[in-house]
Amino acid sequence: MREELFASGRNIPNIDPYLNIWHWQIPIYLFLGGLAAGILVFASVFYLMGKEEKMPATVKKAPMLVPFALAIGLFMLFLDLKHKLYFWQLYTTIRLESPMGWGSWVLMIIMPLSILWSASYVSEIFPKWDWKYQFLKDIEKFLIRNRKFIAWPMAIYAVILGIYTGILLSAFNARPLWNTSILGPLFLVSGMSTGAATIILMSKNHKERKIMGRIDILLIIIELFFIIHLFMGFLAGSEVQINAANLFLGGKFTAPFFVFVVILGLIFPAVLEIFELKGYKVPIVVPAVLILLGGLIFRFLMVEAGQITRYLY
Amino acid sequence: MRYVMAIDTRKCVGCSDCVVACQTENNVPVGFCRDWVVEVVDGTYPNVSIELRSERCNHCANSPCVRCCPTGASHFEEGGIVLVEHNKCIGCGACIQACPYDARYSHPEGYVDKCTFCIHRVREGKDPACVSVCPTSCMNFGDLDDPNSKIVNVLKNRKFKSLAPEAGTKPQIFYLV
Repeated sequence: MREELFASGRNIPNIDPYLNIWHWQIPIYLFLGGLAAGILVFASVFYLMGKEEKMPATVKKAPMLVPFALAIGLFMLFLDLKHKLYFWQLYTTIRLESPMGWGSWVLMIIMPLSILWSASYVSEIFPKWDWKYQFLKDIEKFLIRNRKFIAWPMAIYAVILGIYTGILLSAFNARPLWNTSILGPLFLVSGMSTGAATIILMSKNHKERKIMGRIDILLIIIELFFIIHLFMGFLAGSEVQINAANLFLGGKFTAPFFVFVVILGLIFPAVLEIFELKGYKVPIVVPAVLILLGGLIFRFLMVEAGQITRYLY
Repeated sequence: MRYVMAIDTRKCVGCSDCVVACQTENNVPVGFCRDWVVEVVDGTYPNVSIELRSERCNHCANSPCVRCCPTGASHFEEGGIVLVEHNKCIGCGACIQACPYDARYSHPEGYVDKCTFCIHRVREGKDPACVSVCPTSCMNFGDLDDPNSKIVNVLKNRKFKSLAPEAGTKPQIFYLV
């Protein structure tokens, strides 16, 4: 039998008895970052494939949400900071070793790219829109002519942003649940799936919804494989990682994870989308909203559970 | 220069004097601490063994907290002391997540705070506050690179361990067992 206690009576807020230094802001930020990355990947890839007119919601409409999603996400990050007035120091340093460091630079690059992209489509989506000043109209013309040069970096940076939301967590060796390289791809795929769900919600074009639905089913299958892979890796790992996996395989996160993320957030919407493709009438809102909620809950659970896992000594 | 600490778990009586000395010396806010004493009891009565450990930041040679800091507020000072520059810290909490020893905390003023090895005292040639007050003299502080120092002698002659070396952080606090 082993008993461990603090003889000096340590009880530091948010650290003891277990770590809880990152609250609700971080999962919301991770969710919005992944969503934005997903939408931008689809927008730029379909644009570069020349499908601009066939996929109007994907290329033109959905990216309008991205600057807002990123702004809210960044605001969440700001809310999470404890020494808020010093936040600008993120942008006076370049530290490639720190995922949060280069992640904030990626956000600083993709945010203006997404704004320029949306600006180039604003008059097309809102016919009553008026730029008022001639120089703004000139800029718009310039942007419309040079969309290709926005699309390429946007596609690349969107993938980096999506992976970054996972790497932000996976870089912490001290939290065994996060410390796995599969988390980057897993968060990217999950983010793309939520992005696809948003596009499906915004699309009025049946053909476009069908294409995005197919892509979404594929992404969900990949995500399910990644989740299995995640736990397989943990169970074949060291004791701390086995303990981390057990939080989800019998521990206190089992029910919320399997009910809200795996079943309601992935399998059920995928089945609904398959039925829809087979020609059954399914209100498209249902699977799309379930995927979005599943993605959000998944991030909440990962952030919360990861902080509980730790090294034993 | 490589500052390290060697703490004798067989001499420690768990009085927590080191904790109080640190709080006084460094003006640690009430309810927080930069060092703490852990008591580990193994076995069942009458066959029990006890280990007392005064723990603090391990001033790791491969510090995950320094690596993940986005602004460079967490950095190495002379002798490998890991320090947080308060005016550079944005309070993002990354280093708190990165520390396998939970040695860092968020100071009520916003920045992240932790053990400094009492660098202000060390620069004056004194021992850290915790070491200097220990009533059983179970704590040793010194330069590992100096072959004539007391700490090298202690570590040569005793068996010792460090905490969670499997985390790969190369901790620089050694517990004599």
